[in-house]
Amino acid sequence: MGEALLRLDGLAKSFGALRVTDAVTLDIKVGELHALIGPNGAGKTSLIHQLSGALAPDAGRVLFDGQDVTHLPMHARARRGLARTFQITSVLPRFTALENAALAVQSRQGSSFRFFGHAAAEEELNRQALEALAVVGLAGRAGVPAGELSHGEQRGLELAVALALEPKLILLDEPMAGAGVPESQRLVEILRGLKGRYTILLVEHDMQAVFALADQVSVLVNGRLIATGHPDAVRADAQVRAAYLGEAA
Amino acid sequence: MQDAAVETSARELPRPRVASFALPALLFALLALTPLIGLVGPERYLLGLVTRAMIFAIAAIGLDLALGCGGLVSFGHAAFIGIGGYAAGILNVAGIDDVALVLAASLGASALFALATGSISLKTRGVHFIMITLAFGQMAYFVANSLKAYGGDDGLTLTNRVTLVGRDVFGGTYAFFYLVLALLILVYLSARAISASRFGRVLRGAKDNETRMAAIGFNPYPFRLTAYVISGVMAGLAGFLLAEQSEFVSPAFMTWQRSGDLIIMVMLGGIASLDGAILGALIVVLAEEMLAGVTEHWRVIFGPFLVLVALFARGGLIGLVRGRRHG
Repeated sequence: MGEALLRLDGLAKSFGALRVTDAVTLDIKVGELHALIGPNGAGKTSLIHQLSGALAPDAGRVLFDGQDVTHLPMHARARRGLARTFQITSVLPRFTALENAALAVQSRQGSSFRFFGHAAAEEELNRQALEALAVVGLAGRAGVPAGELSHGEQRGLELAVALALEPKLILLDEPMAGAGVPESQRLVEILRGLKGRYTILLVEHDMQAVFALADQVSVLVNGRLIATGHPDAVRADAQVRAAYLGEAA
Repeated sequence: MQDAAVETSARELPRPRVASFALPALLFALLALTPLIGLVGPERYLLGLVTRAMIFAIAAIGLDLALGCGGLVSFGHAAFIGIGGYAAGILNVAGIDDVALVLAASLGASALFALATGSISLKTRGVHFIMITLAFGQMAYFVANSLKAYGGDDGLTLTNRVTLVGRDVFGGTYAFFYLVLALLILVYLSARAISASRFGRVLRGAKDNETRMAAIGFNPYPFRLTAYVISGVMAGLAGFLLAEQSEFVSPAFMTWQRSGDLIIMVMLGGIASLDGAILGALIVVLAEEMLAGVTEHWRVIFGPFLVLVALFARGGLIGLVRGRRHG
């Protein structure tokens, strides 16, 4: 504990004149649930994209587990234990829920250049995939094609796939996005269960969820981090209240 | 109750495939019986025609592996047929007829061409990929045209079929027919195994959602390149067989129209179904032969048929046979 698993060092990104990421420096420590909040257009998703490798920063570095991963593509970061979920659900619609998760297990185990043997029938892959599905309450829906799951179930599946990678860090990009109140509450309970077992960076709009879960909160406004700290301290911060919480309320 | 649901859902998954072997098994059985037609009529040419259709089915299965499972719309697959054929022709000229050597040369040359062109074309996606594979296909076509020593645009006549340890076992129409059928079944079963394997699952996943696959640690490129090479080798095998059947090879093997025909075979039968590729190849080759007897503008009749299939049978003809599951 106490050691930075993910370190952002002066990260910057502009689209034309728009600075979506402005000298962001941030440490995410092992085992903590760190929430990143900010109003619409603050640059949260751009930041997540730079962490996961979907977007290259103009300047600065991303250090993960002690190594510079700034220029590694997404798949290489995932292999090192950096998993992410997507704000807009991104599953394999024609694969069953179980196969979606089993592919992540297969990726982690590393031997995918096997041309024979029925992958969907591999018990060890399926067993671990089913465990991940069970965490999000989808074990009973394992055989359903992901495209036929409800929106809330697909949000759960996103999380299960990330868990099946057994990552060191999970980036959750607005996991409650588009989910109803009961579904959001269920997801909060699931995340509470994961706290401490995984290091999590949670980007979320849902304030109640954030303050119920987070060990640390960072606030992003116009691409800049204006505050980082304990949830209560951040909530009390005058700058944050002016820039964000007041506006959101 | 919950646990019971978990148990059954996990157990049921691996087994939906027994029934799906019924259709191809029936198809292969019918093909195996084709020679019997010779008993009731003097239609020996029909046997040659079905052999030719089965050879194209091998190429179409190869294309379906890349196109259907991998999402790689190759518009240059006829090049592999040509390369497989020319390898056999050129070795024949050199006096080498042993089946093992000729087959190794045909498949090896196809694999090398697939590796070289695939490693470049797979850097692109979508329309660019289609165009670049077309360009490589045309390059191969013009190279074949310029091979003066091997007949140039007239093509090259082989003096005889390949031999097995010096003996002429493939010379007979029936022997060659069953050789092709056996290879078709082998290629089909291999393609199915590959599609269902760990490798195939990554390939299919990358076709559906590349970003998702990257997020769980998969770089699609090596998987696609490997699939492209396997696909090219299957088409190369078809080229070898085509040259052996007709004892002739020419640049006409590798025209872009031929590449288009292969795509039509796959689409007509049903993309990614593999069974459909066989059905599509049989229909296209037989329809071409039958309709060409009616009018030389046979595509005027075949074209509207394709449009109807595209409009009303999204899963191809195989989708109609199987019901709506396959779309």
